[in-house]
Amino acid sequence: MNSALSWIKAYVPDLDVTAQEYTDAMTLTGTKVEGYECLDKNLEKIVVGQIVSIEKHPDAEKLIICQVNVGSETIQIVTGASNVNVGDKVPVVLDGGKVAGGHDGGPLPENGIKIKKGKLRGVESFGMMCSIEELGSSRDMYPEAPENGIYIFPQDTEVGADAVEVLGLHDVVFEYEITSNRVDCYSIVGIAREAAATFGKEFVPPVPECKGNDEDVKNYASVEVVDTDLCPRYCARVVKNIKLAPSPEWMQRRLAASGIRPINNIVDITNYVMEEYGQPMHAFDLDTVAGHKIVVKRAADGDEFQTLDGQVRTLDKDILMINDADKAIGIAGIMGGENSKITDDVKTMLFESACFDGTNIRLSAKRLGLRTDASGKFEKGLDPNNCSEAINRACQLIEELGCGEVVGGMIDVCAVTKEPKRIPFNPEKINKLLGTDISKEDMLKYFAKLDLGYDADKEEIIAPTFRQDLECEADIAEEVARFFGYENIPTTLPTGEATTGKISYKLRVEEVAREVAQFCGFSQGMNYSFESPKVFDKLMLPADSPLRNAIEIANPLGEDYSVMRTSTLNGMLTSLSTNYNRRNKDVRLYEIGNVYLPKALPLTELPDERSQFTLGFYGEGDFFTLKGVVEEMFEKLGMTDKVTYSTDNKKVFLHPGRQAEIVYHNTVVGFIGEVHPLVLENYNIGTRAYIANLDMPSILPMVSFDRKFKGIAKFPAVTRDISMVMRKNIMVGQIEDIIEKKGGKLLESYKLFDIYEGSQIMAGFKSVAYSITFRAADRTLEDKDVNEIMDKILAALKELGVELRA
Amino acid sequence: MREKLEQIKLEAMKRIEASDALDKLKDIQVAYLGKKGELTSVMKNMKNVAPEERPQFGQMVNEARTAIENKIEEVRKTLAAAALEKRLNDEVIDVTLPAERSVIGHSHPNTVALEELERIFVGMGYEVVEGPEIEYDYYNFEALNIPANHPAKDEQDTFYITNDILLRTQTSSVQARIMEKGELPIRVIAPGRVFRSDEVDATHSPSFHQVEGLVIDKNITFADLKGTLAQFAKELFGENTKVKFRPHHFPFTEPSAEVDVSCFKCGGKGCRFCKGSGWIEILGCGMVHPRVLKMSGIDPEKYTGFAFGIGLERIALLKYEIDDMRLLYENDERFLKQF
Repeated sequence: MNSALSWIKAYVPDLDVTAQEYTDAMTLTGTKVEGYECLDKNLEKIVVGQIVSIEKHPDAEKLIICQVNVGSETIQIVTGASNVNVGDKVPVVLDGGKVAGGHDGGPLPENGIKIKKGKLRGVESFGMMCSIEELGSSRDMYPEAPENGIYIFPQDTEVGADAVEVLGLHDVVFEYEITSNRVDCYSIVGIAREAAATFGKEFVPPVPECKGNDEDVKNYASVEVVDTDLCPRYCARVVKNIKLAPSPEWMQRRLAASGIRPINNIVDITNYVMEEYGQPMHAFDLDTVAGHKIVVKRAADGDEFQTLDGQVRTLDKDILMINDADKAIGIAGIMGGENSKITDDVKTMLFESACFDGTNIRLSAKRLGLRTDASGKFEKGLDPNNCSEAINRACQLIEELGCGEVVGGMIDVCAVTKEPKRIPFNPEKINKLLGTDISKEDMLKYFAKLDLGYDADKEEIIAPTFRQDLECEADIAEEVARFFGYENIPTTLPTGEATTGKISYKLRVEEVAREVAQFCGFSQGMNYSFESPKVFDKLMLPADSPLRNAIEIANPLGEDYSVMRTSTLNGMLTSLSTNYNRRNKDVRLYEIGNVYLPKALPLTELPDERSQFTLGFYGEGDFFTLKGVVEEMFEKLGMTDKVTYSTDNKKVFLHPGRQAEIVYHNTVVGFIGEVHPLVLENYNIGTRAYIANLDMPSILPMVSFDRKFKGIAKFPAVTRDISMVMRKNIMVGQIEDIIEKKGGKLLESYKLFDIYEGSQIMAGFKSVAYSITFRAADRTLEDKDVNEIMDKILAALKELGVELRA
Repeated sequence: MREKLEQIKLEAMKRIEASDALDKLKDIQVAYLGKKGELTSVMKNMKNVAPEERPQFGQMVNEARTAIENKIEEVRKTLAAAALEKRLNDEVIDVTLPAERSVIGHSHPNTVALEELERIFVGMGYEVVEGPEIEYDYYNFEALNIPANHPAKDEQDTFYITNDILLRTQTSSVQARIMEKGELPIRVIAPGRVFRSDEVDATHSPSFHQVEGLVIDKNITFADLKGTLAQFAKELFGENTKVKFRPHHFPFTEPSAEVDVSCFKCGGKGCRFCKGSGWIEILGCGMVHPRVLKMSGIDPEKYTGFAFGIGLERIALLKYEIDDMRLLYENDERFLKQF
């Protein structure tokens, strides 16, 4: 909401503040000023001058030489303007003065444009006559200004006067951010009331009064509200003998400052009152209203209606319409109809000032795709008691400005009378909530400034109906806090029972996992939770893959963000691709984030949100590098038992021969593998990439942060190396299983130290060498102890088809 | 014999003194004092000495041995010192040669900011909790005093899954879930992802993070809210940070406030960063609305509380001077490595 300070001052006459003071103080009492614009910025030494004579420039065809009386003297000005005549009164910037902009109306330079005396084609010029654009304004605000020419003042303007003053440009336009609960502050009167309370000045609102002529409006029109649930009040008045004309300049300027283009007196008055009272109104040409009857009722599904912007709209049964005896003539609270709009030939009109159900207007406007200034106000839920004030104010202005003859009386179909709300007032409780010690008297003073009533007997605050936001004691406490000043409330820390600060177990586990990933060179990425359903094809998921059962967003931003991810692969691969295509080398990323697995589709209950720890990289390293990271992580998480790798279930998006499920305590907790070459191609990654994914909910129960010291070995170890030859398809995991199983209690560790396939080994075979270490905690081992165990291991290996090498 | 002994000693001394390397010295030591060394062989000839002279002779041999040993040790020390000196001189390196760095990964700036926040609030006795990202309408809106058809629902541009299941638009949804448990007092922060249908640009993202704070206890006041957030701001942005509370409106708090901190770039004088105002808005907060307490089964006559919501990305962008929100979700390693 934008409005001029001068308009506020009209109702707070004693208000005397700078723009910055106003901004700061209003913001601190809750009427947030987002910014302001001083209309007289860079306008210096500009007076009203009268052209005394005009002669041609001797050396320039397009220039003229004017003698201009600026009050104190007559000065010579050379100009290229063609719209000036002798006797015209014009704005003149004197030598050393400043204007805000160029005559082209382009963006205003920060520091304005300095005007100095000088010569134009050899003829001296001591100032400049100004167009409205040079004065930093526009023809929107000053419609009477000529296009491409000097602004001409009315003849009764005083010569030598401050031209900026005459134009009303010593003003500031404030931009407010009004919170949605303060419907009353979407109006000048509402803001002025707050300003008066903020600065402790008297609030002098307009007093709408308009009796009209001796006739009775009931002889001109009638109103019937059928759907009273959507229309708690409908006020109507009639104006006849309308004389359309431009509205007065002061009104035009106030409207323009609020961002509304002046049109004619009737439209302008409607808009003016909408700004002033926050009550939208509509004017119908009464001669087009069949039966001179207004009927307010819902449309029927499929009805069509042409709004006054010429568009045909399709209606439904939840849209409230204004009808005449025969037909619809307006969409209630949103836009009038083409068939009843005010034209230049209007003679008699019907003013509507009604209150419509805010929610209904909001939803209707949304369905129609037609949000107007009026609907924007109605949807906030207006005060029905404001309707009559506003319509009387409009009629008052019509009379004052001589736009027509107001017919006596008002039609007021008032389905609901809204009574002021009474709220218990307990100063002690308010102080207890705020942590303050404000006296009851001070509180009552704040309330009085805001026009809140007080019933001393019942100890109740009486909130006027325009303050719909005030419902309970907490609301009253806020009023006290606002005017006591948030800045004056003390700062303390909560007292009471001490609580233990901690992070959840899940977050702690994630933190450790992240630490390990980072030590291993992986940086943390973040991806969106929603993605395109096309990613399933990119990942080559089969049609029946459960990962395709994704939750769809009903109103997504677009297909690319339309389903909730069921795996983190797409995010990781996309990130790797971004890095690869930006030529970043050796990129290692991890992400920790949820996937969303529905229990059934469509959703009837919340899905399973599973936190996934995903690692991905390309560049230096291979499958085993990543496997190492996973195992480091497990160790740090206290998962110190053997991790096994199963190749039973293949993932289609991974290289079929280079992938495994990660198994811990017989539970699959994740997978690891090289990305399938075709998937890499789909993601435009031109190098091998590796991914590991850990399902955190599966890991969580296996984590342990307990540590027990096992002692440091006192007796020496015995190490035996074995070198073996075996078929390629035997996995070293099988050998390790045998070593572990047969190694018994004395087995301390084993380590693969060589693996070889090639010329010295038969085709289809490989050579594998292990170093196996034994140790006893209580004695030095002897050869025979170890030999026994080794014999068992070798026998079992032989059974597997492994041959010992010499 | 005596002459021979004297001669051996003299010769040894000469050779020791002439020795210019530790290994040569070692040879000399063996040649005179070793098992087959000259002095040893003299000792072996003891039987040729008259018995009455033996003690005296033995003493002479021992003296000679000691003298040689001392000399060897003396020269050894000198030589060792020289050798060490030479080695140290030879081993001078150019310390300005490039470092060989271990590759260590980095946290996402959101995480860096979140960890700072968590540290501050955990230190003040808050527990860090989480709630679901796909949420019932009830927890996201209704339980927060935003009933059906409330305009705030439109303002927040909600992504819906079904009529009553949606992507949470605010971490405030965790409030009611915590309160419902009925374990009082409550002092929690709830970080997490939230979603609003904003098109992606430099300052908007349809998915971002918030940190919700909630404190419920007996006698909690607005002054406590002010004190808590002032302390938070000082810890996050520096001891000299000033805090300004402005009245605002949220359906689930009353009274409500928005909080500005003095611009940490210019200290409040006004600069481009704070758009000349000297202040930067960082969060919204307020006293938990009595209706919200009541809906979650807490008696507003006995308990009061405050809540606040912080935009994590906003903090990260401000604090680390990141000028485009899109960078946070591209995961370019050159970006991530700066945090």
